[in-house]
Amino acid sequence: MPLYLFTIFFVALPMLYLLALSFLTRAQTWGVVNEFTLDNYLRIADPVYLNTFKESFQMAILTTAGTLLIGYPFGYLMARLPGRAKSLMMLLVVIPFWTSALMRMYGWIIIFRSNGLLDKLLMGLGITDSPLKLLYSYPAVLVGMVYSLLPFMILSVYSSTDKMDWSLVEAARDLGATRGEAFFTVTVKLTLPGILSGVVLVFIPSMGLFFIADILGGGKVMLVGNLIQNQLQSGRDWPFAAALSVVLMIFTSMMIWIYRRASGVRDLEGLL
Amino acid sequence: MRKRIRFSAIYQAILLILMYVPIFVVVVYSFNESRNSTVWGGWSLGWYQKLMKNRSLLEALKNSVVLAALSSGAAGIIGTLGAVGMARMNWRSKGAVEYVSTIPIMIPEIILGMVFMAFYAMLGLPFGMVTLVLGHTTFCIPYVYMMVKSSLVGIDKSLGEAAKDLGASERKAFFDITLPLIFPAVVSGMLLAFAMSLDDVVISIFVTGARTNTLPIRIYTQLKSGVTPEINALCTIMLVVTFLLVGLSRILGGIRGGQGKG
Repeated sequence: MPLYLFTIFFVALPMLYLLALSFLTRAQTWGVVNEFTLDNYLRIADPVYLNTFKESFQMAILTTAGTLLIGYPFGYLMARLPGRAKSLMMLLVVIPFWTSALMRMYGWIIIFRSNGLLDKLLMGLGITDSPLKLLYSYPAVLVGMVYSLLPFMILSVYSSTDKMDWSLVEAARDLGATRGEAFFTVTVKLTLPGILSGVVLVFIPSMGLFFIADILGGGKVMLVGNLIQNQLQSGRDWPFAAALSVVLMIFTSMMIWIYRRASGVRDLEGLL
Repeated sequence: MRKRIRFSAIYQAILLILMYVPIFVVVVYSFNESRNSTVWGGWSLGWYQKLMKNRSLLEALKNSVVLAALSSGAAGIIGTLGAVGMARMNWRSKGAVEYVSTIPIMIPEIILGMVFMAFYAMLGLPFGMVTLVLGHTTFCIPYVYMMVKSSLVGIDKSLGEAAKDLGASERKAFFDITLPLIFPAVVSGMLLAFAMSLDDVVISIFVTGARTNTLPIRIYTQLKSGVTPEINALCTIMLVVTFLLVGLSRILGGIRGGQGKG
């Protein structure tokens, strides 16, 4: 059975190797020495690296909050559209998804750069009178992240709103709830599975998307992903990079586990 | 009520425009006469002509296409056989294998890249096209696997059994009955895998050698150092190609799947 063999050899084994690697010692010049150590994990506790984790965490939370705030209303409204408009809207949301992520980031560079499109627009409207210098800043990375991951949130919220039983909302309204009350007590609760799967689908990648931080942050924003990449490519410290990956992976699995417990669903909705 | 509808329409329209602006900007500036992307110098096809003469970019493009073809092809075979076999068997380890084989699209890409890089280095594989194909095949398999799996659900199992009752070998039953039925799903999964491979940057960065460039890697390095509008032209071409592939994949997937998945 080819899938069996391939999976074991090229997915499971490499993962185990990563785990093993994270306990090995780095060689003086290049490569690794087969000596057991916990140093790699202890090093993560170094304030410099802890800070990176903290910053990644912050970025991931802000990204998730941003996508939820923007994506929830969109997904919700999308589900309320009539049939044909709905599938058209779905297509329109998915299309940017198909385009190269790099290309979209490049688009943001053109928009954000000093004297770029946004600056010209704002200065033309007389809102600002000097370039904002948005490129290579924290907000630019945040915009890039929210932008890239938004479709996940929209589609998750959409799929659970679409399945929702509207008669419950009507019942709440009949029983005297205001529109707002009905929304917050009934609709939000019923769409919670969608919200949760959206949060997982946004939160996990946002810890690792190093190239967005790299391209739009210009080295000013350091995420766990960037740290791993640096350790691998310039630092040549593979065991440490492996330890970082293991920690990140444990974290990721925990999120998926919590999600499954909380929602009782096995598959992540709107994954493909 | 009327007012609410208008508000929601405006909200959706604004968000959609924002989603498309960055893509639109790259495409428009590929026709810009001027070299500087802060200045608009009038319409021109100059960058497309320059691109056709840029050997190293074209080489990267060739690498990307070869890589995508090989890995989506391999993924097509392994993923299809896997899904078919998995549907037939009833092992206890089934769930575990299925879970592990879809890991590549569940965990952050960077971890996958690091895992591949470390593992291939340990095996002593020469970094370059070989490692790229291996890595890409691994993350392409889940796309084919999931597409084929969902199409198998809709197929009457008794068809294959009938063929076997009538004396067809396992092999013949697969090629004559099952394969034609799931073929649209196979192709659609492979096209999706092709598009994913063509666009992948994170995993490629980790598993490529010093001398092998794929297109996304070239674009990435240029974005970090300095871009020429040739990249805009290239992105635009890639955009068209990806659209055609994914569009085709959806059409084929829709024939069999009925309800198109997000």
